[in-house]
Amino acid sequence: MKFSLSWLKTHLQTDAPIDEIVRTLNAIGLEVDTVENAADRLAPFTVAEVVSTEKHPDADKLKVCQVSDGTNQMQIVCGAPNARTGIKVVLGQPGDYVPGIDVTLKKATIRGVESNGMMCSYRELELGDDHDGIIELDVNAVVGQSFIDHAGLDDPIVDIEITPNRQDCLGVRGIARDLAAAGLGSLKEADTVSVDGSYASDISVSLKLGQDNASACTLFTGRKFTGVKNGPSPQWLQDRLTSIGLRPISALVDITNFITHDLGRPLHVYDAAKLTGNIHVRTAEKGESFLALDDNDYTCQGGETVIADDAGVFGFGGIIGGEASGCSFETTDVVLECALFDRVKTAVTGRKHGIISDARYRFERGVDPLFAMQGLEIASQMIVELCGGEPSTAFSAGETPAWNKTVSFRSERVRTLGGLDIPAADAVAILEKLGFAVSGDDPYIVSVPSWRVDVEGEADIVEEVLRIHGYDDIPSVPLPVIDHKAGTTLNASQKKARRVKRRLASAGLHEVMTWSFMRRDFAELFGGGDQSLVVDNPISSELDCMRPSMLPNLMQTVQRNKDRGLDGIALFEVGPTYENDSDKGQHLVAAGVRAGASGPRHWSTSQSSVDVFAAKRDAIAALEAAGAPTANLQVFAEAAPWYHPGRSGTLRLGPKNILASFGELHPGAMKAMDVGGPIVGFEVMLDAVPAAKRKNANKGALALSNLQSVERDFAFLIDADRPVADLIRAVKGADKAAIAAVSVFDLYEGKGVPEGQRSIAVSATFEPKRETFSDQEIEALSVKIIAAAEKAVGAILRS
Amino acid sequence: MQEQIASLKADITARIAGTDSIAALEDVRVAALGKKGSVSGLMKGLGGMSPEERQVMGPALNGLKSDIAGDIAARKSVLETAELEARLAGERVDVSLPVLDHAAGSIHPNSQVMDEIAEIFAVLGFDVAEGPDLESDFHNFTALNIPEEHPARQDHDTFYLSPNAEGVRKVLRTHTSPVQIRTMLSKEPPIRIIAPGRTYRSDSDATHTPMFHQVEGLVIDKDTHLGHLKGTLEAFLKAFFEVDAVTLRLRPSYFPFTEPSMEVDVQCSFADGNVKIGDGNDWLEILGSGMVHSNVLKACNLDPDVYQGFAFGCGIDRLAMLKYGMNDLRAFFDGDLRWLRHYGFRALDLPTLAGGLSR
Repeated sequence: MKFSLSWLKTHLQTDAPIDEIVRTLNAIGLEVDTVENAADRLAPFTVAEVVSTEKHPDADKLKVCQVSDGTNQMQIVCGAPNARTGIKVVLGQPGDYVPGIDVTLKKATIRGVESNGMMCSYRELELGDDHDGIIELDVNAVVGQSFIDHAGLDDPIVDIEITPNRQDCLGVRGIARDLAAAGLGSLKEADTVSVDGSYASDISVSLKLGQDNASACTLFTGRKFTGVKNGPSPQWLQDRLTSIGLRPISALVDITNFITHDLGRPLHVYDAAKLTGNIHVRTAEKGESFLALDDNDYTCQGGETVIADDAGVFGFGGIIGGEASGCSFETTDVVLECALFDRVKTAVTGRKHGIISDARYRFERGVDPLFAMQGLEIASQMIVELCGGEPSTAFSAGETPAWNKTVSFRSERVRTLGGLDIPAADAVAILEKLGFAVSGDDPYIVSVPSWRVDVEGEADIVEEVLRIHGYDDIPSVPLPVIDHKAGTTLNASQKKARRVKRRLASAGLHEVMTWSFMRRDFAELFGGGDQSLVVDNPISSELDCMRPSMLPNLMQTVQRNKDRGLDGIALFEVGPTYENDSDKGQHLVAAGVRAGASGPRHWSTSQSSVDVFAAKRDAIAALEAAGAPTANLQVFAEAAPWYHPGRSGTLRLGPKNILASFGELHPGAMKAMDVGGPIVGFEVMLDAVPAAKRKNANKGALALSNLQSVERDFAFLIDADRPVADLIRAVKGADKAAIAAVSVFDLYEGKGVPEGQRSIAVSATFEPKRETFSDQEIEALSVKIIAAAEKAVGAILRS
Repeated sequence: MQEQIASLKADITARIAGTDSIAALEDVRVAALGKKGSVSGLMKGLGGMSPEERQVMGPALNGLKSDIAGDIAARKSVLETAELEARLAGERVDVSLPVLDHAAGSIHPNSQVMDEIAEIFAVLGFDVAEGPDLESDFHNFTALNIPEEHPARQDHDTFYLSPNAEGVRKVLRTHTSPVQIRTMLSKEPPIRIIAPGRTYRSDSDATHTPMFHQVEGLVIDKDTHLGHLKGTLEAFLKAFFEVDAVTLRLRPSYFPFTEPSMEVDVQCSFADGNVKIGDGNDWLEILGSGMVHSNVLKACNLDPDVYQGFAFGCGIDRLAMLKYGMNDLRAFFDGDLRWLRHYGFRALDLPTLAGGLSR
């Protein structure tokens, strides 16, 4: 909502400087976006006169002008077709900044002729689009006078953001009322206007909305004028409109636009000669269409509130009028409309058809229901004054809705809800200045003025008092300390996420956060892409589906980094994935990728490529941090189809509960996504990790012996396709009490090992409990291990 | 005899001193103290001596033997040291060679800031609550007093999912406020929660991304008022920005789910493109807040004549930008390793009030 200071002062008697007005607007909830004053950017420009012109010796289209600013005469080379002797112009001199072309003027030599400044066009001064020639000022303009003073441009333009509840401030008068209540001057009296009609209009209006839809338009009042003269509106009105960025059209239209912005009251004018029969407000049938004033054709979907005549539809009520019934300079008979349209229905129609208009903006926020009749009179008077003509008596259909909204108000609520302790009388005074009528004794009965359609309850009244008094006096009060609680601030899942993040970061992966949505065709490669997770109105086709997995986003992030020449990329994300659109369909997942070399090129080590085991290691680290019983995990050599089928696996607790998957990413998926490999990745389903059983902090007593443990090595031959994990489990299980650890320290296939087999070198650690193992005991354990290995996986001890 | 001993001692001592290796010293030792050594030879002579002679010569010879053994040991130590030094001198490496760094990843600044916020509100007795990203219209709008066709809905730039089998469209939550609703519907007051999480709006420029992060705060009790809101926000912002004092400016505003509503500015200075919170003459809008609207309480089956409280919502990414100096929100979600190394945090930089929030 824009207005100029001079416009504001037509409603507000004040001497307050603009800075104070801006400060107050912010303080009372009318947030100032910008304040601009043409005077600030055009201060140096002066009124000057072209004393003489002659053709430039070396350029056909240039003229060499002698220009006087009253004190000095200077030579300026000018290309404007209208530059000629005797005209008054706007002069910029070397050193002056010309905002429209972003240039600071300096002395120049143009085709060999010295030039000392510039005569400006409207566009160059950002005063309009006109660039056909330089500005020609009135012949009576005083040479040497500041252009700002001459043109009366020293008028700050304030742009404020009006929150959706403050329709009353979508007119300059409402803003003035708020400022007056805040002590910045006094609201000027508004005269009650009435126009006498000399005849009854031959055009009448009827509301044919039907009972179900009667609320769509409760009142339509209007008046006919004959013999008006429509043309450009007077300069003051044009200036008002252009000052806030509106384009003057014709006197009749400008009047309605002016009242819309001045008083927050939308109006409409119809060319009576273009109407067929009478005006009807009715509900649209599907398929009816019209050409609107914005040059767009609109076809009704059915149900819209439309304005029609006997011939058909020509506008959406409260939103936009029709081209066919619009006023032009030729209009002589005109019908003025001042109606009340329903907020919700206006919003629905406006949104459905994507129409943004000043009328819709106000109606959907709720205009003052009691002001319609007076709005009509004010507009009628302006029409008569500016366009002449004979007004009819007012006609109307429907009636002004009843308005008797009251709120019970306990003054103590300013303190108990608002935290501000002020006398009841102060609160009452503020309300009265805002136009509320206050009666009764605490609790008061507060009558809400008809322009404050937003005020509904006691909290709204408290807010009115607080915002006009100012929020600065509200004291800061600490929340009362609450009793100690044993639980943590974070819940179990949040703690899990936090620990996993820090574990993975310490393993060398960098945490990233990627979009929750992604390309649907990529989602399909990763088990997603279901219609239920497609975004109906995506911001781009790259982000049109909720992600089933974070891997595709991570892979693309890897590629972006590679494209920047980076290597050794290790990334992870802990966040949501989406299985379906239900509350339970969102899962907390930790996923990570490593790409390229396993480490940097370095003199101390040879470089190799990342492999599936790096991903497995990351997955286990994440699971361990999440509190999963990693010792009980089973490895299955099968994973989802976006992994390399031979180089991937899952980690499970029991055969069904998959806690994690890991592996090389499938070359097919990478190719489809245009991502280069190799990339290994993992996904840990944090939701599937069972909650820790531990109930308190106590870890129990630990019995440690100082007896020496013993290590024994075994080399087994097993079938090459036999998982080593099975062998390890067999060795461990040979004597659970004595065998504390089993590790694999060598793998060998090839010469010396039969075809189809491989050699696995295993080290077992025996940990004595009561006394050191004897040689016989060690031997017996070894025998047990060899037997168990043979029994479980057919392993043969290599001799 | 005495002269013989003295001359032998002088001879052996000289030979010990003349050795230049452990091996040569061993030769000297064998020649002197070995079975057939010169000293041993003299010792053997003791057996043929008279008791009187033995009385004198015994100690003399033993003294010789022990002196020579002592000299040999001393010489051995010297030679060993020299040998070690000589060996070590040959074992020099270039310690200026660069070593391999320990693997070091990083924590995203948003995670860090969320941890910081949780830490601060933990002290004030808040729990961390959560809700789903794919929300129902009820939780995201209706229960928050934003009925269908309310003009405020248009300001939300909402993403919708395709209608499901029942024709219902889920929304990508436009704010974390639906967690207020979920919390009030599932828990009796008193309530103190913060709710951090992902939020979505169809918007994109240097300070807006289609996905961003918010943290919601909600306090519901019987006598919580605006003064408590102000006090809580001051405590939070002081702790978060690690300054002694902050000055807040509450500006009346409008949110459908609060009444009264206000935007909160914090006093700051802008110098050289850096925002400094806690002093200066400028104001920075930092969050939106207000007293929970009675319609919202009613939607959550709470009696507005009994319960009241405040709510606030704040951009986590924005807080991170203000505190740590990033100037483009889009980079938060781009995963550029260089950005992550610069703005990320070490795994062990867990924010605590005891140790400081930002290292």
